[in-house]
Amino acid sequence: MTTIDKAPTVQRRSAGTGTPATRILGIITIVSMVWLVAFGLGFSPADRDQEEAVRIMYVHVPTIWIAYLAFVVTAVASGLYLFGRKKSLGWDRLAGASAEIGTTFVAMTLVVGALWGRLTWGVFWQWDARLTTTALLFVTYVGYLAVRRLGGSHEQRARRSAVIGLLAVLLLPLVHWSVRLWRSLHQEATVLDTDGDIDMDGLMLFSLFVGVVAFTLFYIWLVLHRTRVMAMEDMMEDHGLDEALAARRREAATLNGEEN
Amino acid sequence: MSSWRIARIVAAKDLRIEVHSRVLTNQVLPFAGVTMVIFAFALDADSVLERVAPGLIWLATMFSLLVLVQRSFAIETDDGALDAMRVAGLDPRAIYLGKAMALAVELLVLEVVLLFTAIILYRQTIPLNGVVLLVTTLLTATCGLAAVGTLYGGLASGFKGRETLLPLLTLPAVAPVLIGATRAVESALGTAGAVVSDGWSWVGLLAVFAVTFGVGGSLAFGPLIDE
Repeated sequence: MTTIDKAPTVQRRSAGTGTPATRILGIITIVSMVWLVAFGLGFSPADRDQEEAVRIMYVHVPTIWIAYLAFVVTAVASGLYLFGRKKSLGWDRLAGASAEIGTTFVAMTLVVGALWGRLTWGVFWQWDARLTTTALLFVTYVGYLAVRRLGGSHEQRARRSAVIGLLAVLLLPLVHWSVRLWRSLHQEATVLDTDGDIDMDGLMLFSLFVGVVAFTLFYIWLVLHRTRVMAMEDMMEDHGLDEALAARRREAATLNGEEN
Repeated sequence: MSSWRIARIVAAKDLRIEVHSRVLTNQVLPFAGVTMVIFAFALDADSVLERVAPGLIWLATMFSLLVLVQRSFAIETDDGALDAMRVAGLDPRAIYLGKAMALAVELLVLEVVLLFTAIILYRQTIPLNGVVLLVTTLLTATCGLAAVGTLYGGLASGFKGRETLLPLLTLPAVAPVLIGATRAVESALGTAGAVVSDGWSWVGLLAVFAVTFGVGGSLAFGPLIDE
């Protein structure tokens, strides 16, 4: 049986993954989301060119920021697992939780971006360097998550996914470089530069800042809970078998007792 | 035994198996040929085919790469040969290098055949001043493809569902090769007025890719197959 690092606080608390700290964090997150809605939909002005559509930015930019943050955390946690002296599965679970959330947020960025593109550019998708890189980023991490589900022991999963997590970091600059070169050679000038023509006013910038803060808090809250759920899953896989064996043994013992 | 020698033995073993089993000539090459024909069905117009021929050559190569990688590791896992090699104490980096070299040779054969198919079916011509660029592109792109293919092939070997996992991991990873090699071959063949000198920056990209994944792959292969 593989040993996993015990998380006694989680074990004792059968009701869920919440602790007083995460509850407070959750409340702060909700408050900051309300704040974001107020600034994003209310206080911040409409754009001169894009009019009301510019408000999508307050979701679009924070989601991709969270995705990048999440993937950096995945890479760092993978490195810490692989090269750390104590091969703690905690790092592996952090990497996995962060990658799951990052992938979800990239998907949100792509969907929200496509809607924004339809409103401002008239098309859902453009083969622009940044869009293409983001799409490949999404597929790469979907692959990473698939590798995590290959099966085997927790240690096998941890080592395999840590290696793939680090390879993704090698891959992404190459993808970005090639895609940028591809588009710069084949397209005269990118009319669809997503940040070029937005005249950023102070209140807009502040609303964007609120968005980034709110989504970062949301990310931290999600990672904490997802990591704990993963710890519980691992524990259930380990101890679930032990308990089933013990139950079978007890059953056999009572049967033997009856026969005698 | 030095790692280099082990790598050569592993590569020779793989190639010998391919020569005897004829899977490459009887299955993979015909598959690639069929792919080239159905591309023509999908794209219909001759002018379009002439314009996109370099990309189609590489697309057919990528699809065949998946088949070749699966084949390359199926011959290992069927008899537990990969485990046997590890138990025998062979350096995983040498195994990786050997398998990648064998895969590269098979890919080169495939690419040359596809190139000639494109000359016949898609009316391509190879100008004399593009030959050096063309050969360099084929070699560097092949090294990159073999490095990535062997790495993910090793990871996916020995698991249920590996057939579906391999394309998901490999295709996004080889996207830079598809872009770079297509543009370089366009320059070499002079497709749509591309000039030869433009192609060399793409060869640079391909070389960086091959070196990165060659080094990364040889380091990662051990932990990946060491179950």
